[in-house]
Amino acid sequence: MFEALAVNNISITYGKLQALKDVCFKVEKGELFGLIGPDGAGKTSLFRILTSLLIPNNGTATVDGLDVVRDYRQIRNRVGYMPGRFSLYQDLTVEENLNFFATVFGTTVKENYYLIKDIYRQIEPFKTRRAGKLSGGMKQKLALSCALIHKPTVLFLDEPTTGVDPVSRKEFWGMLKKLKEQGITILVSTPYMDEAALCDRVALIQKGEILKIDTPKQISESFPHKLYSIHSDDNYNLLLQLRKNPTVYSAYSFGDTLHVVFNEELTADNTQYKEIQPTIEDCFMDLLKK
Amino acid sequence: MEKVIKTEKLTKKFGDFTAVDAISFEVGTGEIFGFLGANGAGKTTVMRMLCGLSHPTSGIGTVAGFDIFHQSESVKKNIGYMSQKFSLYNDLKVWENLRLFGGIYGMKEIEIVEKTTKTLQELGFESERNTLVKSLPLGWKQKLAFSVSIFHEPKIVFLDEPTGGVDPVTRRQFWELIYAAATRGITIFVTTHYMDEAEYCNRVSIMVDGKIEALDTPRNLKNTFDAVSMDEVFQRLARKAKRSDNY
Amino acid sequence: MKQFLSFVKKEFYHIFRDRRTILILLVMPVIQIILFGFAITTEVKDTPIAVLNPVKDDASRQIVERLAASEYFTLVSEANRVEDIEKALQKGEIKLAVVFYPDNILHTGEAAVQIIVDATDPNQANIFANYATNIISQWAIENQWNNSQLKIVPQIKMLYNPQMKGAYNFVPGVMGLILMLICAMMTSVSIVREKEMGTMETLLVSPVKPIYIILAKITPYFVLSIVNLTTILLLSVFVLGVPVAGNLWLLILLSLIFILSTLSIGLFISNVVSTQVAAMLISGMALMMPTMLLSGIIYPIESMPEILQWLSCILPVRWYIAAVRALMIQGVDFIFVVKEFAILTGMALVLLGVSLKRFNVRLNN
Repeated sequence: MFEALAVNNISITYGKLQALKDVCFKVEKGELFGLIGPDGAGKTSLFRILTSLLIPNNGTATVDGLDVVRDYRQIRNRVGYMPGRFSLYQDLTVEENLNFFATVFGTTVKENYYLIKDIYRQIEPFKTRRAGKLSGGMKQKLALSCALIHKPTVLFLDEPTTGVDPVSRKEFWGMLKKLKEQGITILVSTPYMDEAALCDRVALIQKGEILKIDTPKQISESFPHKLYSIHSDDNYNLLLQLRKNPTVYSAYSFGDTLHVVFNEELTADNTQYKEIQPTIEDCFMDLLKK
Repeated sequence: MEKVIKTEKLTKKFGDFTAVDAISFEVGTGEIFGFLGANGAGKTTVMRMLCGLSHPTSGIGTVAGFDIFHQSESVKKNIGYMSQKFSLYNDLKVWENLRLFGGIYGMKEIEIVEKTTKTLQELGFESERNTLVKSLPLGWKQKLAFSVSIFHEPKIVFLDEPTGGVDPVTRRQFWELIYAAATRGITIFVTTHYMDEAEYCNRVSIMVDGKIEALDTPRNLKNTFDAVSMDEVFQRLARKAKRSDNY
Repeated sequence: MKQFLSFVKKEFYHIFRDRRTILILLVMPVIQIILFGFAITTEVKDTPIAVLNPVKDDASRQIVERLAASEYFTLVSEANRVEDIEKALQKGEIKLAVVFYPDNILHTGEAAVQIIVDATDPNQANIFANYATNIISQWAIENQWNNSQLKIVPQIKMLYNPQMKGAYNFVPGVMGLILMLICAMMTSVSIVREKEMGTMETLLVSPVKPIYIILAKITPYFVLSIVNLTTILLLSVFVLGVPVAGNLWLLILLSLIFILSTLSIGLFISNVVSTQVAAMLISGMALMMPTMLLSGIIYPIESMPEILQWLSCILPVRWYIAAVRALMIQGVDFIFVVKEFAILTGMALVLLGVSLKRFNVRLNN
């Protein structure tokens, strides 16, 4: 029994820029694995290596037990890939795109319709519309349908929710959950920390290096400090003051509150500070601080 | 508080389609105003009208004290604009970009020189003065783009999804620049798809089907809708949308 | 096979849904042929001329009449002084002037006629001068019995293109140009567009063999090239009146080989560049310019500096145009164009081989 994905010491450089440094991780079958990090962290490079589009300078990787360099032909039969940019034909209609990709993958829409039914049904009323004229959320659904049409074992989604409005984003994560129930392994990347909580496990990635891999819950729990939140009417001034205070380890704004870590225990009279559970974002920032 | 943006029953129709349906709101000096809405709710149309790029079909709007219908040239002189897509020239150096935009807004030579030094200091970019913009990291570009958009000290700056894709630390540095500008009295008008970004605003409005369905501080909105996050507030309102995705 | 067909279908959708592409592919060839055939022409017609004839004897008068009556020239003024002629030439009112000197031709048998030509465009000037000389010589020959002392005037005969029609020269050139444009430019742009739009990424990740992608990309343009070839031939035969003197099937075979070689060039370009603009520029600058300048469409290859002549040898289009001239206008047998056929076939195979080999199954790092 193989892991769905195994990445061993993958490195890749473009000229002087090292896009990935010794990246290692494994993804189990049926897992929804998130790759969380900002633009330029190396997420897209990693996706391209795993989908056999790029050859790494160093290291090996397998998808479904198949080597991404040697067995690239078989891998291309098995994976579904949704690149970061909308990569369908804008001048073809919704239906034409779907049919085209079905044929390209040697299948028919009918054969695997059950898999995309829930997603495709939402855009079916517009099936004669050109893909370029769809809204962001609909484009994303079409792209997902096209990536799924050949019933891949592993699905690679590179920043599927970038530029999509919150309602469509939420729907999209709902769809991923359903696909996971069908037994499809999903690797998804996103620059948005709040989406981490929706994954089974996540890897936090920055500047080509993985900072941490764990379940979202464990990552929050492993936050090494006590985290406090405070709200005032002039957060910006308060923030500047806190920064000057030697007892403050870190202070940053978080929506309309500030999140603060102190170097020493807080005394009981500081009632305006409320102890809170750290989010993935707090953890990411703490990891970056080191 | 003085109002720098005022609209009254501002409406925009494209043929039979009412993209913006008689919206009225005000934004005060130095306020950070979040302008939210799903795809197709009419955000971009409103922003275009406020920037003097598109004429309203009916209704009144003033920006920085100028009528957006009759005085759009004066409106343009008093606003700044930054979008994620276009803001800086990649093949120009940092100082050349600042110079260029200073020149575009008719600043005097001496002002440009002084302001360039000051801006670079504030950003901690003195050493990058002669760097080509394209070789800066994304986060730095965004910070620079914001500084360029307020280089001519506009009364209002419009930010179109300003912080997409940057790491959380850089993002906070970006918001601190916004806070600093707001403290100086520059009004910030932000549109975004990301609700956690909305939480940083003083007040937010949520547009659904061409109308403003909610307008308040994030805190009050969360209380009103009994929600833990702005995302939840948004989901409730935007789900009612009939047209959003489908026109 | 099903994959391939659905690919080709998709390609045709792209072409037919883009008005610009359709315009370039189907309308432009027609316009080019008509432009080159009618408007841009080196034929001499109604060129304004002036004469200065202080002699006014029968002979000179007859010559002037002949000049004025010819379809090549229009007599716009009869000048009285040489200065007037100079002025008229400077102003561009006339292109050529004929001056008679007061030695009576019929009496002395000595003719002193001067032809003054505006040589701003030397090629054109030569043609004007030739026509004028011809008309005068013609007159002299016809009137030879009057004066046996007149020298024999050389007579020029125009071979293959007796009427000196510009179209005879341009049709082969335009054929080369259009096929080059459609095959190389459109193929490279359409492949690069997929790279630019990101769809190439999706295609590469699919199990489709890259060879299918390439074949499917070039098939529609191959078909369209044949449509264009037909259009051009029909237009030139029926509209411009340029007949196909040689074997039509040989001409078609030759064109197919040429199309194949330019398609390969298009493929090759699409391998090296990554934006549509770059593809346009390369096929525009690196292909169109040399094609126009070095392949003998505008300037005869023989009169170019040697180094440029050598350079023109590496362009398939040069051989194609040469062979089309031979086949279409001269109507020669296959044996006279064997060299061109061989060179073109060789080039097509090498180019196709190189570009197929270079086509990446992955993204460029």
